[in-house]
Parts: sequence; C-alpha cells; structure tokens
Amino acid sequence: MTGDIAFSTIAITTLTAAVIAGTTILFAALGEVLSERAGVLNLGVEGMMLVGAVVGYIATLTTGSPWAGIVAAAFAGGALASIHAALTVSLRANQVVSGLALTLFGTGFSSFIGKPYVGVPLPNAFHKVAIPGLAKLPFVGPILFDQNPLVYLSFVLVPALWYWLYRTRPGLNLRAVGENPAAADAMGLNVFLTRYLYVIAGGALAGIAGAHLSLAVAPSWVEGMTAGRGWVAVALVIFATWNPAKAILGAYLFGGVEALTFRLQAMGSTFSVFFLNMTPYLFTIAVLLIATSRARKGRGDLPAALGTAYDREMR
Amino acid sequence: MIPRFVLHAQHRSGWQKAAIRVGAVLLGFLISAVLIMATGKDPVVVFGTMFSGAFGSKWGFSETLVRTTPLLLCSLGIALASRMQLWNIGAEGQFYMGGLGAAFVALKFSTMPAPVLLPTMAIAGFVLGGLWCLLPGIARAYLGTSETITTLLLNYVALNWVAYLVYGPWKDPKGHNFPLSPTFSESATLPVLTGRVHIGLILALIMAGVFWWVLQNSRWGYEIRVIGESPAAAGYAGMNITRNILLVMFVSGAMAGLGGMMEVSGVLHRLQKDISPGYGYTAIIITYLAQRNPLAMILVAFLFGGLQAGAYSIQTKGVPLATAYMIQGMILFCVLGAELFTQSRLRFVWRKEVA
Repeated sequence: MTGDIAFSTIAITTLTAAVIAGTTILFAALGEVLSERAGVLNLGVEGMMLVGAVVGYIATLTTGSPWAGIVAAAFAGGALASIHAALTVSLRANQVVSGLALTLFGTGFSSFIGKPYVGVPLPNAFHKVAIPGLAKLPFVGPILFDQNPLVYLSFVLVPALWYWLYRTRPGLNLRAVGENPAAADAMGLNVFLTRYLYVIAGGALAGIAGAHLSLAVAPSWVEGMTAGRGWVAVALVIFATWNPAKAILGAYLFGGVEALTFRLQAMGSTFSVFFLNMTPYLFTIAVLLIATSRARKGRGDLPAALGTAYDREMR
Repeated sequence: MIPRFVLHAQHRSGWQKAAIRVGAVLLGFLISAVLIMATGKDPVVVFGTMFSGAFGSKWGFSETLVRTTPLLLCSLGIALASRMQLWNIGAEGQFYMGGLGAAFVALKFSTMPAPVLLPTMAIAGFVLGGLWCLLPGIARAYLGTSETITTLLLNYVALNWVAYLVYGPWKDPKGHNFPLSPTFSESATLPVLTGRVHIGLILALIMAGVFWWVLQNSRWGYEIRVIGESPAAAGYAGMNITRNILLVMFVSGAMAGLGGMMEVSGVLHRLQKDISPGYGYTAIIITYLAQRNPLAMILVAFLFGGLQAGAYSIQTKGVPLATAYMIQGMILFCVLGAELFTQSRLRFVWRKEVA
C-alpha cells in the first residue's frame, strides 16, 4: 500500500516536471508554427530563446516584476526575428543560412550582455499558483493546475492559435501566404506584411520560451542555458504537422523524456548521466524519422512555399 | 504618386561583387562595435586587443594558424554538402567523433610506430566523423528527413559521448580527476611545424586544392552541382541521387572528423571534454562567406581563425569568449543582406500606384 503511494507521488512529481519542461518547448514550437505557416523557416529559435532568457532575466531583476521580464523577452525575441524577416522576406536571403546566423548571433549576444548576471540570484521568479478547486482534483490537479502562470498562459494560447489558424479569416489568409504566395497576392493579400507579422510574432513566442526557462524553470541566467531546446522545438513542429493542438502533446512528450532523465539521475541511476543527457536528442531524432516517413505517405501538412522567398517579379 | 524603392537587375563584375561583400563584412564589425559600446566597453580597445591577439605577435599569429586548420577542414566538408543543397550543420559533432576515433587508436595502440599509428588514427577519425554524418544522410536519402535538424541534434549526442569517455573509462588515472584522457604517446603526435602549428595545416591546404579541383573539373563535382540545382534534371540524366547523397554526406562528415583527429593528435595530445570552441559552427559561416569556393575558404578560414584567437585575448578585458559568435553572426547578417545587391541595385522612384 505504501509502495503504491510512493509510486504515485513519484509519478506526479515527474509528470509535473514534464509539463514544466514541455511548456518551454511548447512556446518555442508555437512560435515556429506561426513563422513556418507563413512560409518562413526560422532556424534561429535557439538564439531567440537565449536572448529572451537573458533579457527577461535582466528586466525582472531591474523592475522586480517577472511579467515585465516576459514582455521584455517577447520584445527581444520579436526584434531578433525582425532581422530574419528583413533578410529573408525583403532581401530574399537564404532562410537556412539567415536562421543559423540568428542562432549564432543570439548565442554570442546573450553571453555578451549576460556576463555580469551569471550567478546573480533572482528574487522575483515566477511561482506556482494553484487554481482554486481544480488543483484539488486527484492526480491531474497537481500536475496541470498547480503550476506557474506561464503554463496557464500556454493552456489558453494553444486553443486560441488553433482557432485562429483553422477557423478565422486572418488564419486562412496566413495559410494561403504559406501555401501559395502568388495566389494570395492575387487575392489582394499583402504577402510581405503577413510574413513580417508572423515571423515577428513567432520570435516573440521564442523569447517567452527562453524567459520561461530563466524565470520559472530554473530562475537564473547561465550561458547557453537552452542547451538545444530551440532545435528540439524546430523538430517538434514537423512532428506536430504544423498544428498547435498536436504541438502541445508533442511538447509534453519531449518534456516527459527530459523530466524522466532528470528523475533517474536524482534517484542515483547507475546508468551514466551522459547517456541520460543524450536521450532527449536521440528521442527527437527518432520522432523526426517517424514523422517524416509518415509525411512521405501524404499525411503531412507542410506549407508548400516553406523556405522560399516571394518575388513579385517572378509571378 | 507614391515614392518607393525598386530593385533593378544589374550585372556586376567580380570585383564589384567582392567589394560589396567586403563592405558588408566591415558593416558587420561596425554594428558589433556599436553593440560593444552600448555595454560601456570601448570598441577600439576590444577590437584592438583582438587584432593584436590574433596577428600582432609571432605567438598570436601561430595561434591563428592553429585555428585555421580545423576551420578549413570543417568548411570544406560543409561546402561539399551544400553544393548539393544539403545542410550539414553537425560538423561540430563530427569533429568530436573524429577526435574520439583517433583517441581510441592512440590509446589502444600507443606503442605502434608513428608511420603506422598516425595514418590509422587519421582513418579512424575520417571514418567515424563520416559515419556520424552518414546517419542523417541515410535518413535524408530514404525517408526524406531534413538533414539540417538531425545533423545538429547529433552534435549534442557526440559531445555527451566524449564527455562520458573522459569522465569515465578513458579518464587519466594520474589526471587528478580532471576530465582528460592520458596524454598520447610520442608516436601518436603529429609533427610540429612551428610553435603549436602542426603538419595538419599543410594537409588542410592540400585538401583545399583537391576539393577545388574535384568540384571544378571532375565529373563527380559536376554531378553534385547538377543534383543540387535540379534533382529532376539529374534524375533524367541518369545520375544516382541516393548514392550521391550518401557519399557526399559521408565525405562531408569525414572532413570534420579528420579535423578532430588533427586537433587531438597535433594540438591537445589527448582527448578532453572540450576539444573545439565551436569550429563546426564557425565553419558554416566561412563556407557561406567564401561562396563555397575552396580556395577562397583558405583566406576566410585564416581570418576567422584570427577572430577566434583574438576572442581569447579579449577575455582579459572582461568580454566573454562567445562575443566572437556575436560578431560572426552580425557579419553573416550583413553579408546575407548585401547578397541581393550583388545582382541588383536599389533605385528610388516616384511611381503611380498600379493595380
């Protein structure tokens, strides 16, 4: 009997950690869904997350409010994404190279401005807020409804984005721009403006993802603290077939792997910590292989114009 | 009547294109200087320290050359893949796997004579780095999985693997618990040219020449280019696309692996947790800046070797090493943005609204 209770306690703490870890990846993946739906691949997620993390941290430290940190992180992520938008949409630069430049720049820039803040304690991190009533539910209560406010924000964001994409006129326009920009242009849509807006919105979400890491998951600033989560998010978008609703499931799955390896380490697993550290990346690759082989059979939802610049002269 | 900018196609000579790109690089430095200034540091001091750290002394110059070798080898591999429109951004991990393979041979057969041991190490590094890139290549060729993400994710796996070895089974028992393997034997060490510069530099330069010839003049180089530009046309011409993807990805990773072998054998003389300060990532930028031209890559790799060597010396001014990434990213932004203007020019016109 006591064994059962111990097991359910461990299960609850692990799943709670899975949701927290998954939320970071979820925000970044939702942002990438928006960008890619507009036809712009942004491989700069990792860099935007790092800058979001450090800017959110600094803003929270100076203003004392983590919400100010979130807003600042969203602005920072959006600002970086606007560079990517200018290069790839207006100047028709290669989206892969520009995204890589963004990741490199973000990695360097975040270390550069974050140097004085390494190891500085953060007094005003996000704390868990139990939702009255719901948090008391057995099992799911502590996992889903005794979390930090950003987790709740993601609960609202996922259905909202899904509805926006599939049930509203602007969402339809967005998909048209990513699918066939020339046709969208002929319909009178502003392809360039649409792409700018969603790439920047995507960057803002990546910034929030980074700030979730530095303000809620592990309230601190450490150089390179995203540790590849931005890349995991890019892979997740493919797994989720560009659908926000599927992204949340995928994100928690990835979060679960991360939480599980952490738990195994904490329990003093004899398996080397380095092999445990590898698992989220290997898992991501495995999932990616399954997702792409499935997409080959025609069940994918890849935006047709993804990765290509739109040139009006070439209509 | 509304004012607007219009792009016009414009033919530009090779010199003009080069001038536009050099201008873009300078702009990248200028914007970086503004960013450095914004954090209250003097950009003249930072860049000055960097420059003298890289080129100002005999030691600095040799440090720049030490870094040119791995950068050049990784870039050659990345360029080969990108000629086929394949994005290998996992050179960092392939570099580590190459180092791992070479270290395995060096530690297991330490008593073999150098003429046998060194080539064996090179083959081990070449093959292991190649396999590390072949895996994403297989996924790309048979499943259509984007090699961009898989090559990158494998970097984290390779780094953890090397860390496991140097913290665990390969740890030097006399190493005071540091994550280092035992020092290699004399025969597992590449001959030195001067200072820390080893013979690998010469080999890398020869490789650049070979790559230039293969890409420019050989039938295989031609096939790669055709497949990259038009897979459909290549298919009609009877070229085997799958086989070429596998081959190109293998050689691409193998070059980075060879770089890793040279680093552990020629510079570090052992395997350790960090064998690269991000050579594999910087090499992506070098490849792009050199327009995938192996000969141009020699010059760009040398300059970026200087940037990396210089970045070490600015740490004394309280500027983190990763600042080099910031500057590299900014340079790449500027060059990317300028690329359109190598084929067109911007004109400001007053034009009636049409449509």
